[in-house]
Amino acid sequence: MSSAAPMQGRPILGWAIHDGLVVARRNLIQSIRVPESLFFSLVQPVIFVLLFAYVFGGAIPIPGDGATQEDAAAAYRNYLMPGIFGQTVAFAAAASTVGIAEDMRKGLIDRFRALPMSHGAVLTGRTFADAARQILVLAVLSITGLVVGWRITGGVLNAIYAYLLLLLFAYTVAWIGATIGLSMPNPETASTAGLAWLFPLTFLSNAFVPISSMPAWLQTFAAFNPVSTLVLATRELFGNPTGIQPDYWPLQNPVIYTVLACAVLITIFATLSVRKFGRTTSK
Amino acid sequence: MADDQAVFAEGVVKRFGDVVALDGMDLTVERGQVVGLLGPNGAGKTTMVRILSTLLTPTEGVARVAGFDVVRQPDEVRRVIGLTGQYAAVDEYLTGRENLRMFGGLYHLESSYVKRRSQELLDSFELSEAADRPVRTYSGGMRRRLDLASSLIAKPSILFLDEPTTGLDPRSRLGMWAVIEGLVAEGTTVLLTTQYLEEADQLAQDIVVIDHGRVIAHGTAEALKDQIGGDRIEITVMNIAQAGAAAEVLRSLGNGAPLVEEAKVSAPVSGGSTVMISAIRALDSAGIEVTDLLLRRPTLDDVFMSLTGHAAEDEQQAQPKRGRKGKTS
Repeated sequence: MSSAAPMQGRPILGWAIHDGLVVARRNLIQSIRVPESLFFSLVQPVIFVLLFAYVFGGAIPIPGDGATQEDAAAAYRNYLMPGIFGQTVAFAAAASTVGIAEDMRKGLIDRFRALPMSHGAVLTGRTFADAARQILVLAVLSITGLVVGWRITGGVLNAIYAYLLLLLFAYTVAWIGATIGLSMPNPETASTAGLAWLFPLTFLSNAFVPISSMPAWLQTFAAFNPVSTLVLATRELFGNPTGIQPDYWPLQNPVIYTVLACAVLITIFATLSVRKFGRTTSK
Repeated sequence: MADDQAVFAEGVVKRFGDVVALDGMDLTVERGQVVGLLGPNGAGKTTMVRILSTLLTPTEGVARVAGFDVVRQPDEVRRVIGLTGQYAAVDEYLTGRENLRMFGGLYHLESSYVKRRSQELLDSFELSEAADRPVRTYSGGMRRRLDLASSLIAKPSILFLDEPTTGLDPRSRLGMWAVIEGLVAEGTTVLLTTQYLEEADQLAQDIVVIDHGRVIAHGTAEALKDQIGGDRIEITVMNIAQAGAAAEVLRSLGNGAPLVEEAKVSAPVSGGSTVMISAIRALDSAGIEVTDLLLRRPTLDDVFMSLTGHAAEDEQQAQPKRGRKGKTS
C-alpha cells in the first residue's frame, strides 16, 4: 500500500479531550440536522410553563408569599419557573439514553470501539453535547418565563451561577442517561426506560409544590432529591420565592449539596458507563 | 512470531454462557492475502472477526493481528486494522464527508490529510456527488461503500469485512466486489466473512469453511468444489412417494450420495449435459414423473451437506439468544 497516513501532533489538552470534542461536534451536528427533534424539545417545556402558569395558577399556595389572589398567582409563576428549569434539564437525560441505544443498534459503538481512540470520549462527547443543547432550551424557557411574568431579582452574577448549576445538573443526568442507554437491548426499550425514572425524580421534588405540603415520609426523600436542591438553589439565586423549607441539611445548603451530589453522581456513572462501554457490543 | 502473518489465531474458544460460539478456531492469514471465512449463520464467523478486531475477548486461545496480541495490545491492533461490519456503521445525520472527517479525527490523522484522503475515497467509491448530503438520503449500497471508505481513511494494512454484501441488491453487490478487488490489488490484506460461496469464490484466494465454531475445510475455491463433487443434478418428482426411487436412479448415475429433501432429489455428477440425457432416460424407464430437472453449480448448502452431513440453515438454531453479548454468526 502507498505511504502511511500522517498523524497529528499530540494536542495540548490530550487525546481524550480531542476525541471527546470530535464526538461532541458530531452530536451537535445531529441536532441541527433534525430540527424537528430540537423544536419539540423546546416546545414541551414551554407548554409546561403555560399549563402550570395558567391552569394551576394560584391553586398551589406558596406559604409566606402573596396576600391577595393576584399576588399569589404572580408568586406561583416566580416559584414555578425554577421548577420547570430543573425538570427540563433532568429530562435531558432521556436524549442521552436513546442516543446511545441508537448508536449501538447502528453498529456505531462497535466502530468507535475498534478505533485507536479514547473510549471514554464517545461518552464524554455525547454527554457534553447533550448538556450543551440545554443552553438553547434554557434560553427559550427563560424568554417564555419573562413573558408570563417571571422575574430575576437576585443579580446578574447569581443568575449566571443559577444557569451554570442547571447545566452542571444536565451534564450529570446525561451520564446517568448514557449508562441506562448502554444497558438497554434496543432503542425502543431505551426510550421507555430513559423516561421512567425521571417522572418520580422530578415530581417527588419541590419543582411544582412545596416540600412542606408533602407527607412526612415523602419529605425526607424530596429533601435529599438533588432535583429539589437544584430547584431551591436556582430559586434563591434568581431571587424567586422559595416557600418555607423543612429542616434538612440539603435544603439549608442547596448549592453545596447540589454540586456535591453532581460530583458524586458523575463519578459513579462515568465509571460505570465507561466500564460498560468497553464490554458492550451491538445488538 | 513472524511479522509477515497478518492474522494468526490458534485454539480460539469463545463461550457466551452455555453457548459455544468458537470451539478451537485456528486461522492464519499471510500479508497481502485475501481469505474468505465461509459458513452459515451461527457458525462463528462474526465472533471470530470481533475477537480479531478487539471487540470481544476470547475465552481461551491466542490471537494476534500484525504480530500484536488482541487482548494485551488492543490499541496497537486498532491502529493497523479497518473494520466493516454487517451494518453500515456510519452516522446517518452527518454527510458522507462529515463522517469521513469524524473518523479521520478519531484516528488522530492530520486534518489536511483527512481532507485529501476523504475526497480520494469519495471519488473512487462513486460518492463524490452525494458527499455533502446527509447519509439518511443514501441507498443501501452507497451506505455500505461509505462504511467501507470510513474504515479505509487511515489506510489500514489489514481489513476485516464482515458480510460486506449481505442485504445488498445484486447490482450493489457487484459494485462492492469491484471496490474490494481494487483494495486487494493495492496490496491490502483482507479477511472477509460471507455466507455466499459465490462471493468467497469471487474475492478470496483461500477459503476457510467453518461450522460450529471450528474449521472444517480449508483451500482454494477450486479445491473445495472438487472436494464436494463439482456440478449437481437436481430433480423434483411429481409424486413424493417416488423420491426414494429417483434417489436410486441418481445414485447409479452420479459420483456421490444423493440427497433427498421432500420432492427434491439431488446428487453430484460429472459429465455435464450428457448426464442429463442419461438421467431423463433412466427416470423415464423407471416410470418416475418429474416436474423439474436441472444441472447446477454447487452451492453453500452442497458444501455443507458434503462436509458436515447437514444443511446450512439448520445452524440458525445454534445462534444464542440476541442479547448484550452480541451476535455470533
